[in-house]
Amino acid sequence: MTDLTQAQSTGGNPVGEALDTPGEPIVIGERRGMFGATAGQDTSGYGGLVVPIAFPGASARPYGGWFDAFVDTLAAGLEAEGTAYGDAVQMVVVDRGEITVHVAREHLPVVARVLRDEPALRFEICAGVSGVHYPGLSGQELHAVYPFLSITNGSKRIRVEVSAPDADPHIPSIVAIYPANTWHERETWDMFGIIFDGHPALTRILMPDDWPGHPQRKDYPLGGIPVEYKGATVPPADERRAFN
Amino acid sequence: MAADTTHATGAAEEYLDSPTLHVSGGDWDDLVDEATSLHEERIVVNMGPQHPSTHGVLRLILELDGETVTETRAGIGYLHTGIEKNMEFRTWVQGVTFCTRMDYLTPMFQEAAYCLAIEKLLGITDQIPQRASDIRVLMMELTRISSHLVCLGTGGMEMGATTVMTVGFRERERVFRIIEEVTGLRMNNAFIRPGGVAQDVSQRAIDLIREMVPEIRRGIRELELLVNENPIVKGRMVDVGILDLTGCMALGITGPVLRSAGLPHDLRKATPYCGYETYDFEVITRESMDAYGRLRVRLDEMYQSLRIVEQATDRLEASLGQPIMVADKKIAWPAQLSVGTDGMGNSLDHIREIMGTSMESLIHHFKIVTEGFRVPPGQVYVAVESAKGELGCHLVSDGGTRPYRAHFRDPSFNNLQATAIMCEGSQVADVIVAVASIDPVMGGVDR
Repeated sequence: MTDLTQAQSTGGNPVGEALDTPGEPIVIGERRGMFGATAGQDTSGYGGLVVPIAFPGASARPYGGWFDAFVDTLAAGLEAEGTAYGDAVQMVVVDRGEITVHVAREHLPVVARVLRDEPALRFEICAGVSGVHYPGLSGQELHAVYPFLSITNGSKRIRVEVSAPDADPHIPSIVAIYPANTWHERETWDMFGIIFDGHPALTRILMPDDWPGHPQRKDYPLGGIPVEYKGATVPPADERRAFN
Repeated sequence: MAADTTHATGAAEEYLDSPTLHVSGGDWDDLVDEATSLHEERIVVNMGPQHPSTHGVLRLILELDGETVTETRAGIGYLHTGIEKNMEFRTWVQGVTFCTRMDYLTPMFQEAAYCLAIEKLLGITDQIPQRASDIRVLMMELTRISSHLVCLGTGGMEMGATTVMTVGFRERERVFRIIEEVTGLRMNNAFIRPGGVAQDVSQRAIDLIREMVPEIRRGIRELELLVNENPIVKGRMVDVGILDLTGCMALGITGPVLRSAGLPHDLRKATPYCGYETYDFEVITRESMDAYGRLRVRLDEMYQSLRIVEQATDRLEASLGQPIMVADKKIAWPAQLSVGTDGMGNSLDHIREIMGTSMESLIHHFKIVTEGFRVPPGQVYVAVESAKGELGCHLVSDGGTRPYRAHFRDPSFNNLQATAIMCEGSQVADVIVAVASIDPVMGGVDR
């Protein structure tokens, strides 16, 4: 019987020595004030406080557990395909027992192919793609996050993250390698406006075909609900008083 | 269609020159005769989005050659409610109330995936009390049974077997009696919370489980006797909706559909969470790769779930009185919720303290309730084995009191992609059976 707490804290991944080794953090923006209240509502006297929002940055080796062997195998597989590891992989982040490989977008298809075909990797299942919009990250505002699962190699999980700038929101499609991603890429296009080049039919999937804009983006305008009560309206959710 | 638009299909007016038949009910033969008289070889039939057999609002666009389906396309999005976007404007705890409504037949799985993801982001996974994990397992397995019962019941009804439906829903009500006793609600429970669960399982609930489990087992047995060797069921389901292991792997299919192709992949065994590795149960597989195999997988899985329910109940009876929430009061709700005779209410002791004796407690209560807790920046992906397959939750935090991004990888959304490969080349009537064997719920697909 495996240790319960260990399995829970790592999602089944075996625990190594250094599973939490984020390096220089990535600052995606800053938070002002003490309680996250928007301007004029912070009466704490700490309204001028500025705190950077720091995401875990690139980890240094050793990553711990099976992560080192995984990255080595990936590097060897990429070299065999004629792609330099340093060109394809921008950084590796190990955080909270999970590994994220940040891949340059033009190399995503070759990375996906190596992940699927390399016998020691064999990630059969790509559990879709999830978009994230970071308006504060200049030049890489749009992120596409691909979780992979290898059933063959003991249900290991990794994550591949690809970024694209708002001005040029193109990321190569991996539908040719993982057909399961057809609908997932359509959803991410629909919600974030990321254009997956090479997708067989990149059309909207959840929103109506003629819908303007991409709702999950952070700059998508939210609607208020006009309520007839002495001329007052309910403001959009992002303009209401909040403590975030 | 103008080339500079992003529309998926042209407007309906563009196809006005081709004849259109509107059918709602009636005899299929009449339709076929009428269509034949038009001398059109290619017939496109729009099934749904409000057809009773489409499990909600799924729209199937079928191209027919006589009775044979030559092309199938699934149109989804009719039930998109923007839950993921909404969650970005609510606190971490309030998010449970939203994600529980995604796949409305498996509320506990969304709650569990979401809460496990938050706990991983907070780094408190190993501080979750054992009793809370046991309650989560109990509730998830009960939900699996109720989801499978609806799948089999509605699947039977779509084939004309109304008794299968009434038996399925009758047994589901028994499961709901337990769930209602424990959570106060039949569906949309918002019961599993970050750090634990909202309410304890009482001795009364344990007694009810002990009373109900044999009855549910008897009901499932009745369902088995009704369908397993039923010649009509077998005639409709055997070798229908075939998807082999290669197809499953290519399309990322998980859950009963994958297990009906023979691969014993179950996240409860592969990457255990909530202590599943300490429970005794088996992963059910079939080799037939068809709708009938999926039916049998689901029936057998319900027995396995009942086994887990019994084990969890034993543990809960032994651990009565132990905590069900993480000790950190900044994350846990400030007071243990207690339900009064009116089904509502909160801890009287706590109200007495914050209203009568301690100003500081009142301030803390107010801040935790209105503002919630903060989660350190970062992202996680946590997957649980829902009744339909791998339910993944990708959560991103920017250090605030709300999720920066919450994405659910719903198993139905992914598995529904297999509709085309299962249906093309088969008869129209088989489409219903094939879709039912995937068990999609549009609330989860469209979110």
